Amino acid sequence: MPGYSDPGFDTLALHAGAAPDPATGARAVPIHLTTSFVFESSDHAAALFNLERGGHVYSRISNPTNAVLEQRVAALEGGVGAIATASGQAALHLAIATLMGAGSHIVASTALYGGSQNLLHYTLSRFGIETTFVKPGDIDAWRAAVRPHTKLFFGETVGNPGLDVLDIPTVSAIAHEAGVPLLVDSTLTSPWLIRPFEHGADLVYHSATKFLSGHGTVVGGIVVDGGSFDWDGPKSAGKFAELTQPYDGFHNMVFAEESTVGAFLLRARREGLRDFGACMSPHTAWLILQGIETLPLRMERHVRNTERVVEFLAAQPFVSRVGHPLLASHPSHALAQKLLPRGAGSVFSFDLKGHREQGKKFIETLKVFSHLANVGDCRSLVIHPASTTHFRMSDEALAGAGITQGTIRLSIGLEDADDLIDDLKRALKAAEKAGA
Amino acid sequence: MTMHIEVNGAPVYCYTGGKAFDAAKPTVVFIHGVLNDHSVWALQTRYMANHGWNVLAIDLPGHCRSGGNAPATVEEGADFIGAMLDAAGVQRAALVGHSWGSLIAMEAAARLGERISHLVLVGTAFPMKVSPALIEASAADPEKAMRMVNVFSRSTLAAPPSALGPGTWVFGAGMALGRKVLRSNPAVNVFQRGFIACDSYANGEAAMAQIACPVLFALGAHDQMTPPKAAQGLIKAARAAGKKVEVVHLPVGHNQMTEAPEETLAALRDFLAR
Repeated sequence: MPGYSDPGFDTLALHAGAAPDPATGARAVPIHLTTSFVFESSDHAAALFNLERGGHVYSRISNPTNAVLEQRVAALEGGVGAIATASGQAALHLAIATLMGAGSHIVASTALYGGSQNLLHYTLSRFGIETTFVKPGDIDAWRAAVRPHTKLFFGETVGNPGLDVLDIPTVSAIAHEAGVPLLVDSTLTSPWLIRPFEHGADLVYHSATKFLSGHGTVVGGIVVDGGSFDWDGPKSAGKFAELTQPYDGFHNMVFAEESTVGAFLLRARREGLRDFGACMSPHTAWLILQGIETLPLRMERHVRNTERVVEFLAAQPFVSRVGHPLLASHPSHALAQKLLPRGAGSVFSFDLKGHREQGKKFIETLKVFSHLANVGDCRSLVIHPASTTHFRMSDEALAGAGITQGTIRLSIGLEDADDLIDDLKRALKAAEKAGA
Repeated sequence: MTMHIEVNGAPVYCYTGGKAFDAAKPTVVFIHGVLNDHSVWALQTRYMANHGWNVLAIDLPGHCRSGGNAPATVEEGADFIGAMLDAAGVQRAALVGHSWGSLIAMEAAARLGERISHLVLVGTAFPMKVSPALIEASAADPEKAMRMVNVFSRSTLAAPPSALGPGTWVFGAGMALGRKVLRSNPAVNVFQRGFIACDSYANGEAAMAQIACPVLFALGAHDQMTPPKAAQGLIKAARAAGKKVEVVHLPVGHNQMTEAPEETLAALRDFLAR
């Protein structure tokens, strides 16, 4: 596609990574449900295994349908490439496991999805990787948490569910000063709302289950490399032997020499997918591609509906707090206007006045909103985080993530905004009555 | 696996395709273009290194892992190639160059005569004029200029499995590499210096007449940076001078090595085997 200008976001969402199938002429992306790919010869087989030639060998490592998804998300994020994984959690694990081992240290935001917090706080510490959690807005705390063996900074573009906006330019500058990359979970924003690489992030991942897929049908993840981080630069020298020293496990390859901008991806695919095996099914990749084709349209509607619902809830006397940066009262209001001019997403929380039973009544009265553990669906969703998604967290950790026992999280879908507001109105009335 | 050679008092980085240098094998030198480095040849170099060749894929002086002064002219680049072969103890080599690197390879081949066994010019043109607007933008607004170059270089939004494996977004990889190469030399804007070197090179046809080896032109059929028609003068000059000339049209733009890695490798492999 030669031309005088770079294709826009909406065009890339439809075309990046895909062309009509040369064998059949199929215009839509074919689903390559095959484990393996026939070699042309013994020499071809050996060359593929030794990274002398490009191609597919086995679908745990790569697959043509997955490769379309990987190119597309990399294009939308402005990265150099991507790796699709079995889930968002698999993407997070792949990123961490590629960069470090026992004895390493991570500095992470307190405002994380409960599963991510669990992985860092409990599971990885069992494998010798320690994490220091800092409030995302406490810039001095990020700097103070750095240790000699720190390998990574990690946060969410907007924290789940309090929507604390991560100051990516400032936090990435501190990370780079310390010689480490910044990994950002952009699940709740998608590249339509923010492209973290443009603000200084080095690696981005998504739970593609959410807005990228958008229809609540599949579980998948994807990690994207911005290609910007100097793994063997003056400040990072000696920190990332995984990428800058010969790797016995793969032909003594020095990944940073093989690729000046894609060392992370090379090792993540050749080691992480090969050994941990958390790959994506090509059928899942295809469904996520279907979702991405309408991502710009859906995100616009998600944001517009959210504006209506936030405005409604903020005016209700039975609601004590609405946690969306649209509101001037939100601590991230100014930062969101700067980094997220299109909106800070459609997943947010609010607090009801009243006790726990009134909260239960509210959720159980809702008819259009579905009570379940997911976000980023085209349907509107509701959940009580303290007893579900974040239930393993201590009260202190909950407070760090901006969650109380009375917090309710909404994920605003694509329905008629009037219907959503009517549903909420009925549920608020029922909850208020339950406290009488 | 790599070699570090001292050339003209500065360290020079050579990627060797995962194999140690073996004096008993023939040698092929890969020379990158403006704002690139050795890594753009990933899917050609590693194969050649594992199929009977010593590979020296260099970072030109002042680029990425190599020290020294970035060449200000094609002639300076050609002098460097000769000095580099001497420093590496290589008596005879094939030269493969892309874009600016193709001009350096051609000029070096003309100067080194029988020391060059094959000459491969990938995405070449002569004259290799660069628009004044692009030369100016490469200094005043490098990000914008890089975007222009990468848009003009691209021929597809759906590249095959490329240098970083399946899932490589070649456009993004080109932008990221350009930024890194530019950042690697805080003393000189190697973007503008490389463009000026291309634009000002005037010795193409004379150099071609002096070359003593077979020449392969590997041109991108959809190349907007160095369109195939811009290489026709050189091709005619080579034929008129009685050179053994082959011309291959690759189904791609200016990103021959990353958007058509298999076709580029096949053209190179077959030519070097002769």
